[in-house]
Amino acid sequence: MAVLWAGPWPHAWPRGWAVPKRLAVVDPGRCVDCLLCALACSRRFGEGGLARSAIAVRSVGGVEHGFVVIVCRACPDPPCAASCPVGAITKATVGVRVHPERCIGCRTCVLSCPFGAVHWDEDNNKPVICVHCGLCASFCPHGVIALEEVGGG
Amino acid sequence: MDKALTRVLRIDLTKKRTWVEERPNLFEKGLGGAGVAIELLYELCPKDADPLGPENPIILAVGPLNPLFPLASKAVAMFKSPHTGNLGESHCGGRVALALRLAGFGALAIQGKSDVPVYLTVHRGRVQFRDARALWGLSSSLTAGRVLREIEPGSGARTILRIGRAGERLVTYANVIAETYRHFGRLGLGAVFGSKNLKALVISGTGTIPIPDPPRYQKLYRELWERATRSDHMRKYHDLGTAQNIRPLNQIGALPVRNLSATRYNEEPAFSGERLAEGFLGRRLACSACPVACIHLAILREPHPVEPYFYKTTFVSYDHEPLYALGSMLGMESPEGVLKLIDSAEVWGLDAITTGVVLAWATEAFARGLITEQDTVGVKPSWGDTQAYLEMIRRIADRKGELYWTLGQGVRAASEKYGGQEFALHFGGNEMPGYHTGPGALLTYLSGSRHSHLDSAGYALDQDCLRAGQNPPPEELACRLFAEEARRQVLSSAVICFFGRNLYDWETIQTALGVLGIEKSKEELMALGAAILRQKYAFKVREGFSLEKLTVPMRAVETPTPLGVISEDYLRKALAEMEQLLRGDDGLAGDA
Ligand code: SF4
Ligand code: SF4
Ligand code: SF4
Repeated sequence: MAVLWAGPWPHAWPRGWAVPKRLAVVDPGRCVDCLLCALACSRRFGEGGLARSAIAVRSVGGVEHGFVVIVCRACPDPPCAASCPVGAITKATVGVRVHPERCIGCRTCVLSCPFGAVHWDEDNNKPVICVHCGLCASFCPHGVIALEEVGGG
Repeated sequence: MDKALTRVLRIDLTKKRTWVEERPNLFEKGLGGAGVAIELLYELCPKDADPLGPENPIILAVGPLNPLFPLASKAVAMFKSPHTGNLGESHCGGRVALALRLAGFGALAIQGKSDVPVYLTVHRGRVQFRDARALWGLSSSLTAGRVLREIEPGSGARTILRIGRAGERLVTYANVIAETYRHFGRLGLGAVFGSKNLKALVISGTGTIPIPDPPRYQKLYRELWERATRSDHMRKYHDLGTAQNIRPLNQIGALPVRNLSATRYNEEPAFSGERLAEGFLGRRLACSACPVACIHLAILREPHPVEPYFYKTTFVSYDHEPLYALGSMLGMESPEGVLKLIDSAEVWGLDAITTGVVLAWATEAFARGLITEQDTVGVKPSWGDTQAYLEMIRRIADRKGELYWTLGQGVRAASEKYGGQEFALHFGGNEMPGYHTGPGALLTYLSGSRHSHLDSAGYALDQDCLRAGQNPPPEELACRLFAEEARRQVLSSAVICFFGRNLYDWETIQTALGVLGIEKSKEELMALGAAILRQKYAFKVREGFSLEKLTVPMRAVETPTPLGVISEDYLRKALAEMEQLLRGDDGLAGDA
């Protein structure tokens, strides 16, 4: 199922700082499979389509049974970063960052993420992982995904 | 322009051979979608082709706006129709357009006939022929979909197009089902699949579409997204779906009831959009790239025939047209009954509209003694009888027995054989849609290139006329419908869903194309629309069609509409005018 991260953020956020946000799947039950989120994510790069989208939607055994939204949940201790043999994925304030110049395209990270949230850019042979910018959420017409404060509040 | 859009994937099922053609000129001329598909049909379909012969091509096409803008969600199919024997055109949402375009193609054309049942897959731009012998003959189209979903890759960005038994057995109005609940519904594409031994077509695609001017694109996208999600017009499809039409049509007396012997129920039908939403609505879905989500799924909960506390639940997608055809047209009362009939058409792979009109004709023919219990093999069709209709739908898909075989060819064939032509509700061989609103609707059915209510939406014009108390002269009506149908050719070449027609006025289409580097003036776009329409008409004439020789079903001109009884004389005048317009003798730009 899609993931709603509920645990406490490991380190308290200093008072007065802008609280970092992560993209959360708040209610996959309302998803209608329009793919506007995935198409929005590709627009980050000024392109159309899905090649470099960090979010995907799949049916749970047929559209009548609903959907899962597959996107990075911003692990506090990210296994994808730990799995990379060349250090091309590092932990960030929220989620992780990919350093494409270091990446050798081995796909180890793809296997490491239990949610399947490490997507793959076939053209460039590099991973695509959500950076929690929230662009997709602003185009979801049905309130399925949203930016949510992490830990701080 | 995006180079990938101009690639046409060619597939020959006889020789099991595939190749790709680069056709920039084709897309420059026709834009995409309908404009490109009609060109390809003209080119690939030989004159007088047998619609069920290997020579009939199956063409699918998408356009420059798919899936780059809100509601740019449709794909267009063209073929020669085994149902009417003429132009076959059908549109489908779901994920078809997204998958085909992101697989790196603007169109595909399938020709020939496989010696064994196969299904085709297109993954990462490569075609494979796969053995479909095990899938052939399955009793439910849903099972075929489930199996393919499991064994094929590309989940999340793929379309699974397949036929049911009706398609395999060449019922001339068999449909092609996409992703479950979406269809290339009308004019028998399913039978064309069946005739080629083609069970299914799976396409997945996650490619990129280059955008020449990203900031302008982002800005326009946001603007259109906002207009689409906020407009009242969209709200209508959003809230109740197309089913919201049942209540108002019943109120004004424009809902065809019991084979159009009446036009309203005394009280609001129990299967109106409102009543279904309250009692049955279980889930909503959207086509890829569409913020509206007009697809409404009802939950049908049925008890086990003997065991207590044992239920099965079925999801049934409902829309205005199936509710009319398998509801009011059959005098149905119970919403559960209507949902069961819709589900059954889905399972066997039949076009719901034609199926309903066929059953309505059979019910009346049975009552009048034109067909007997011997013909029906013991089934006694009567208005509202769910069980009888379920049985008949199954037999039509099975094609066993003379009557059922003939019913599988539509009401034109059935009434030619058994009589009852005066109440056989077809227009140009295609069964009537669910609006008996007035002259606009009838003229659309008669003259529209697909004989479909969506061609020029005369029903909407009728409702405007009713509100405004107008009665346009036949020539004016023809001109207005021609202009609307021409405009719709541009939408279906882009390809924008017709529910987005108010969002995409000329200026918006122009801007959207401009952002993608396709510069066209409004006049050029208008001329393009007229040219596409005329080219379709030219194809129809080539295949023996004549507006003049069209018959008008007597029932349609006898049963009053909210705008009164429509005389055949009026319709003939309008048709004559329409013919002038379609031939292009009016000085308007764009030639056939
Ligand atoms: S990609 Fe997967 S493993 Fe890595 S941080 Fe996101 S959810 Fe965790
Ligand atoms: S939050 Fe940003 S990066 Fe993550 S899926 Fe949405 S648009 Fe893509
Ligand atoms: S935009 Fe929202 S409703 Fe549409 S597919 Fe994404 S999560 Fe689902």
